[in-house]
Amino acid sequence: MSAVELSPDAVGKNAPKIVARGVNVFYGSAQALKEVDLDVGEHEVTALIGPSGCGKSTFLRCLNRMNDVIEGCRVEGRIELDEDDIYDRQLDVVQLRARVGMVFQKPNPFPKSVYDNIAYGPRIHGVGQSKSEMDEIVETSLTRAGLWNEVKDRLQSPGTGLSGGQQQRLCIARAIAVNPEVILMDEPCSALDPIATARIEELIDELRQNFTIVIVTHSMQQAARVSQRTAFFHLGNLVEVGDTEQIFTNPRDERTEGYITGRFG
Amino acid sequence: MTEQRGEHIVRAFDAELQELEQTIVRMGGMAEASLEKAVDALARRNSTVAAEVVQNDREVDLLEQQISERAVQTLALRQPMAADLREVVAALRISGELERIGDYAANIAKRSMALNQLPPMRPAHSIPRMAKLVQGNIKRVLDAYVARDAALASHVWESDEEIDETYTSLFRETLTYMMEDPRNITPCTHLLFIAKNIERIGDHATNVAELVYFLVKGERLEGGRPKGDTSSYAVVEPTDDHGGDAS
Repeated sequence: MSAVELSPDAVGKNAPKIVARGVNVFYGSAQALKEVDLDVGEHEVTALIGPSGCGKSTFLRCLNRMNDVIEGCRVEGRIELDEDDIYDRQLDVVQLRARVGMVFQKPNPFPKSVYDNIAYGPRIHGVGQSKSEMDEIVETSLTRAGLWNEVKDRLQSPGTGLSGGQQQRLCIARAIAVNPEVILMDEPCSALDPIATARIEELIDELRQNFTIVIVTHSMQQAARVSQRTAFFHLGNLVEVGDTEQIFTNPRDERTEGYITGRFG
Repeated sequence: MTEQRGEHIVRAFDAELQELEQTIVRMGGMAEASLEKAVDALARRNSTVAAEVVQNDREVDLLEQQISERAVQTLALRQPMAADLREVVAALRISGELERIGDYAANIAKRSMALNQLPPMRPAHSIPRMAKLVQGNIKRVLDAYVARDAALASHVWESDEEIDETYTSLFRETLTYMMEDPRNITPCTHLLFIAKNIERIGDHATNVAELVYFLVKGERLEGGRPKGDTSSYAVVEPTDDHGGDAS
């Protein structure tokens, strides 16, 4: 059984898009996650918070099997995306990552043009055969990422030439170009200034209409601002999950309280 | 419920929260003392003491300003969360309640100065008893605040009923006196307002009790509060037969 103390409102209002049960992750002999049970609601932003090394990023990377590429990493338990077991051996990991996109801490555009950064994903998935189709995907993705007006006249310039905040929005545009269902974000704003951060946060709130978002953040204020649900991890345990408002005004577990109020020993 | 006070990693934050709490306690003590002195001025017909109460109210107001500035500053600079957030929000709102208590006490003092120029009235005797009850509630709710005692807070919240009942009977009594002799109208009206002020102070003390409960538990005090103030519906008919068919 899980050692997790689920708060009474551990089950969100929205239907779960991702259901994780009894998830254990080991790096060699070290256990990074212990019996994690967590539902991620559809069209919600779920924030994962906790001190460094608590397992929140590890959990995030389980959701699109990014941990597969780490040597010695072993994942136990069950994670379902719309009731499909994502650790099923038959499952095509490339297809999974098309459904579950990811944005990283540091903006990492390909050393290609703005246009090709967006077109890359659809191309490898065989979407957007004609030039006009691809043009449309590029424009839509950049528009949804709130970047179109800033880059429409420089689509052929290198993506790496944009500002940090623009690069991060380019990465988000790249992630949504393949029309994923879920977007994972691993500290997407930690390398950005407050204005660029605000733009991304505004974007996250808009993207929620069409996507399910899971975000790892070290900024509690950011978790409070962007998410509807917050999960607090500590030492590999999921300590508490609940509505963001409840977690930040009246957490039920004293470890959560200690962490978010800055009293952690 | 978690009871974690102090020991923030950033220690200056603890100092700020402590200062906020101490200012609330000081302010509460002053508001309570104002009520006591105002009623004492009434009972002993001492206008000098009454004038002091009016004078002191400015200090209570100043403390409220100070608390609200500090609280806003803490919100802006520390972005408190969870219990810390409730701490700051509660301080902000409790100080507002205490400020109102101070205002009512000052008003009682002013009216007692007016009463001192008139012949003594009998209903004045039940005022100190009513004030004692209210004062007891202020004191206990402040104790509950300092001790973060939700049970004591909800006890205060429930015990407001007796105050309301005393007020209702005082209301009827003063109306009767006014009907007996129109010359009683001036002193009785002042007494009525004084009683009403005390009753309102009692209500503010229960508001503080609700805030203390919220501060400790993070939840509202649920359920209907027992109420004994039925004076809003009270009708006292003249006792003589001349005005028999009251419309």
